[in-house]
Amino acid sequence: MATFGTLSDRLAETFKNLRTKGKLSAADVDGTVREIRRALLDADVALEVVKDFTATVRERALGDEVNKALNPAQQVVQIVNEELIRILGGSQRRLEFAKKPPTVIMLAGLQGAGKTTLAGKLAKWLAKDGHTPLLVASDLQRPNAVTQLQVVGEQAGVPVFAPEPGNGVGNPVKVAKDGVAWAKQKQHDVVIVDTAGRLGVDAELMKQASDIRKAIDPDEVLFVIDAMIGQDAVATAKAFQDGVDFTGVVLSKLDGDARGGAALSVASITGRPIIFASTGEGLDDFEPFHPDRMASRILDLGDILTLIEQAQSAFDEDEARAVAEKFATDSFTLDDFLKQMQQLRNMGSIKKMMGMLPGAGAMKQQLENFDEREIVRTEAIIQSMTKAERVNPKLLNGSRRLRIAKGSGMSVTDVNQLVSRFEQAAKMMKTVAKGGMPQVPGMGPIPGGGFGRGKAQQAKKKGSKSGNPAKRAAENAAIATGVKPGVAAPSGSGFGLGGAPAPSEEDLANFQKLLGKG
Amino acid sequence: MFAKKTIDDDTWEDLEDALLKADFGPDVTDALVTELRGKVAKYRTTDPADLQRMLRETIEERLAKLDSTLKLTERPAIVLVVGVNGVGKTTTIGKFAKFLRNYDRTVLVGAADTFRAAAVEQLATWADRAGVGIVRPQMPGQDPAAVAFQTIERAKAEGTEIVIIDTAGRLQTKGGLMDELGKIRRVVEKQAPISEVLLVLDATTGQNGLAQAEAFIEHAGVTGLVLTKLDGSAKGGFVLAVQEKTGIPIKLVGQGEGINDLTGFTPHVFAQKLVG
Repeated sequence: MATFGTLSDRLAETFKNLRTKGKLSAADVDGTVREIRRALLDADVALEVVKDFTATVRERALGDEVNKALNPAQQVVQIVNEELIRILGGSQRRLEFAKKPPTVIMLAGLQGAGKTTLAGKLAKWLAKDGHTPLLVASDLQRPNAVTQLQVVGEQAGVPVFAPEPGNGVGNPVKVAKDGVAWAKQKQHDVVIVDTAGRLGVDAELMKQASDIRKAIDPDEVLFVIDAMIGQDAVATAKAFQDGVDFTGVVLSKLDGDARGGAALSVASITGRPIIFASTGEGLDDFEPFHPDRMASRILDLGDILTLIEQAQSAFDEDEARAVAEKFATDSFTLDDFLKQMQQLRNMGSIKKMMGMLPGAGAMKQQLENFDEREIVRTEAIIQSMTKAERVNPKLLNGSRRLRIAKGSGMSVTDVNQLVSRFEQAAKMMKTVAKGGMPQVPGMGPIPGGGFGRGKAQQAKKKGSKSGNPAKRAAENAAIATGVKPGVAAPSGSGFGLGGAPAPSEEDLANFQKLLGKG
Repeated sequence: MFAKKTIDDDTWEDLEDALLKADFGPDVTDALVTELRGKVAKYRTTDPADLQRMLRETIEERLAKLDSTLKLTERPAIVLVVGVNGVGKTTTIGKFAKFLRNYDRTVLVGAADTFRAAAVEQLATWADRAGVGIVRPQMPGQDPAAVAFQTIERAKAEGTEIVIIDTAGRLQTKGGLMDELGKIRRVVEKQAPISEVLLVLDATTGQNGLAQAEAFIEHAGVTGLVLTKLDGSAKGGFVLAVQEKTGIPIKLVGQGEGINDLTGFTPHVFAQKLVG
């Protein structure tokens, strides 16, 4: 996957010669549609879904509705993104609770999809929300599935109803039924029934699942599917829809690097919404599903919305403005530099954050090499300086530098590097603040340079599902660069048409350098 | 697609679709279609039956490039089983142990999956069914490398011929967990050479299978692939790409939940099943 780069890169390549043209010709569109088709197939989207999808995209791209403000590549990405979101179900759906408790939730899926683990996660999540869930062990097939559910239940602090030992002994339908009755009696308001994993082609086990469904009349039947599944998603989803008719889908193992085309396939073929995503082995690695974010993931556009949200919560807007002021007046000090860095750390793991950037798929290795402790070391150096030194780095002569190096447990070279990095950053930011383009080697042109606006747009945009990649890209650039040197600096022109600037490896290396890798 | 009278444009399109649906992925599909187009032109055939035969042979030929024999000549022969979560590692070990018992080999399994809830019990049940011994961790959450160590120690003491070590499922993106595999490997190698490291792949997996294989090869030094869940509707075409890109052969195939549903890999049968 990584060998191809991101879809947006590939589209940009296709359209390199078309930059000056404003409109798409049929031939251009056909070429693009092939690229999209390939990208979707690479992401494991089912073939029939890909075909429908590309037909729709083709039609729309040739239609008149295209946005004149975007270049052709961006237009297509925009259309693709919108269509993806449409298929994935538009907005989020929540679990539906029964008017008269208990709410019965049944889990079904292939072997190894992660049902039992999910049962525990769901139970914990519900318990945190003030519900009193009960887990019912109806997987009597797989060796020790019952024991696993008991352990998981214990970890989640939720009771487990397991009258049968499992390993092929006992009647799962009866267990499910008794479990619901037990929950009524003990006043649990949610019952989660774990069932055995089965293959779509196994008629006998499928019948069992449908019998369980008939017996307990669940309010929600959740179909758990592995995000890594390939073309078989279609056959499996159809079999389960015919067999048990699920009401919602849970996508598991989303923490891997699968692009999760299965999500699109299942949603498109069955018309059932994806409700939850499971993103790790811990019981807390579980979250409601965001269709718009998944769309970006399938296209490898990066999870920019999440990134923006995190950035928003971490950055204090007033502070950012104050910093911008300082840049403009040339009074940016090492103290401010330190504060910026601490803010950056507040955003959470930088690795995780950078992983959300578009095109990051290709930079996994680089991300692995990035050492977050570098920030801590930089902090130590700055904190070993006196107040006066922080305000005026020019004071730093050889003996002061030696003292700082000793105080922070670093070498003089490290101190020197930090100071020169700081000077560079300050210089660069001054240029930006004055309305010019920063000359950062390797960063590429920053579209529009609309830093101040980027921020304002983010605030407005929260919640909106604009599929406009240019806007996102601009915001992204604002974050990628603004992260370190402050966000709000007033500057000119509207967001540019410079193409989606996915950061290259070089950019990342540069970013690292700024952060203190030297 | 092969029932038609002559090969036409539709045939090629259908062929491409069929390959994509079998999870071969866009790259391999393109390569196969191009190769077949060449062959069809070369032999000047218009008979779809010929095309079908050529397809089967092409796939078989590609799959047969590597030697799929298991190498278990060391004593004890140590087999490490790795893979992502939920692909069927524990089940495969149960079946593999039985498979070896059928050839009258003595087998000991080590439950080094100390992470997932009840994984040890699951393996114990399988060991019981296969009639082989098991080494359990002394306490929950014990270092898996320690369990592996103890298993080999016991195998040496008892003169067991083959040792199979189960490991916890891990996604290939989890750096820390992948390093743990490296550690298990190092600890085991200090005692005895490792005969086989088997990577278990789920047939329903799509193009991510390649990423899995590459990561596990790098960290665990995989020597063979096991393809499981072939009894479902998934064809597992991605293994061709995996085998070609990594040079690691498929060695075993699992096709059911029964203890005898594990067989050696034969390219002919696999291609036959894929193509019909």
